[in-house]
Amino acid sequence: MPESNYWRKPFDADKVKSPDGTVYVIKDRCKGCGFCVEFCPRGVLVLSTEFNRKGYHPPEVIHPDRCVNCDLCERICPEFAIYCLNQEEIIELAP
Amino acid sequence: MTVTEVKPDTTRKIPEHPKSLLLRMDRMPHIWCSRCGIGITVGCFASAMEKTGLSPDDITVTSGIGCTGRVAGYVKADSFHTTHGRAIPFTVGLALTRPDLKHVVFSGDGDLISIGGNHFIHAARRNQNMLVICVNNFTYAMTGGQLAPTTPVTARATTAPYGSFERPFSLPTLAISAGASYVARWTSLHIRRITDSMTEALQRRGFRFIEIIAPCSTIYARRNKLGTGLDLMKYYYENSVIDHNASVDDLDIGFQSKIVVGKFVDKDRPSYGKSMHEHFRKVLGNKYQPPVSGKMEIDKSWSGCTESQDTTVTDEVQS
Ligand SMILES: Cc1ncc(C[n+]2csc(CCOP(=O)(O)OP(=O)(O)O)c2C)c(N)n1
Ligand code: SF4
Ligand code: SF4
Ligand code: SF4
Repeated sequence: MPESNYWRKPFDADKVKSPDGTVYVIKDRCKGCGFCVEFCPRGVLVLSTEFNRKGYHPPEVIHPDRCVNCDLCERICPEFAIYCLNQEEIIELAP
Repeated sequence: MTVTEVKPDTTRKIPEHPKSLLLRMDRMPHIWCSRCGIGITVGCFASAMEKTGLSPDDITVTSGIGCTGRVAGYVKADSFHTTHGRAIPFTVGLALTRPDLKHVVFSGDGDLISIGGNHFIHAARRNQNMLVICVNNFTYAMTGGQLAPTTPVTARATTAPYGSFERPFSLPTLAISAGASYVARWTSLHIRRITDSMTEALQRRGFRFIEIIAPCSTIYARRNKLGTGLDLMKYYYENSVIDHNASVDDLDIGFQSKIVVGKFVDKDRPSYGKSMHEHFRKVLGNKYQPPVSGKMEIDKSWSGCTESQDTTVTDEVQS
């Protein structure tokens, strides 16, 4: 798991698992920069081997249970392609 | 009257991005390269808009030309794409005619400081009411990487193949000496700090300036063999020193040198509009009629309009 000191780690990131954080990836919007993978404090993501429509490798959620809904992936993604929502937000932003 | 039924978008399978009310997600993916620093700063701006609680209807965003010059096109506010270097004078017009709104200029270092440099210093000198956000990537990226007035000494550019030998501008120094009311500098990985600065600066009046040092992965990083945009972004972050009280002599940036960041100025100085109204009230007394209303006033003598127009005097007149 990449450790990063670029962001304040949620103080209880190791202990508390937020039960309702769900990570969404808009694959075709992603440009495979890997920022989200690099900076996720919990190693939730990896770049997949799959190609999107533009030929980039979008991230894949490999450890959904580890996500603490810290929103760092969402704030660091230069493409607005990944975001983490809690239950209320999911209802609010539902398609 | 026919009513068209709005059909739900059935192509979207997952919940919308939380910033979709503030950014034009229908225009994504945007034009910026993979690992470019500009996108992160736009995300910070959207977070700042959210934090101020302002409606996008109360904000204008204006850009000039360049990669960063595309920002305005992705923000769901009243946004304007102007000619090269002219985002500031365009916004001077907006600020004087609509003092009730928040005006933001979002552009690159070449656009704002090179071709637009004169506008920059005079808008700061006059304390024109606007927030200027400058993404500084040390080059003219959109046109292929020419030398900019911000390129550090020894860095290479297409027009400086053996490295630059000119002294670059330090943008906060320029803004401070010209009289800006708010001046801050961060690097693109200082996400929380950028967001806080933007939030704060959006709520101030007068000329406010935020510089964000960001990697240009495709042009500047590659030509100078600085690794990927991710490497460069980390480098800037790791080599930055926060010093809110730094003297202007410390604000110069060398090639891959340390970068002093922080909020250097935050002071209250009457804006251009306020000074103007105060001055004319003093010298003209009751003869002075403030020219600007909350909505842009139509000058009947220019437009040939004879009908009486409602004009109301607003806050900027007072504030
Ligand atoms: C009047 C005029 N002169 C020159 C150009 C060419 N031009 C387009 S973008 C640009 C430089 C942009 O540099 P910067 O503002 O640093 O933006 P970046 O692309 O680095 O984000 C230049 C010189 C132009 N479009 N118009
Ligand atoms: S919200 Fe994103 S960055 Fe935070 S733990 Fe979950 S996947 Fe990682
Ligand atoms: S940060 Fe965004 S663009 Fe970069 S890899 Fe992750 S999802 Fe894709
Ligand atoms: S050329 Fe440079 S500044 Fe322009 S989008 Fe690409 S990485 Fe960003």
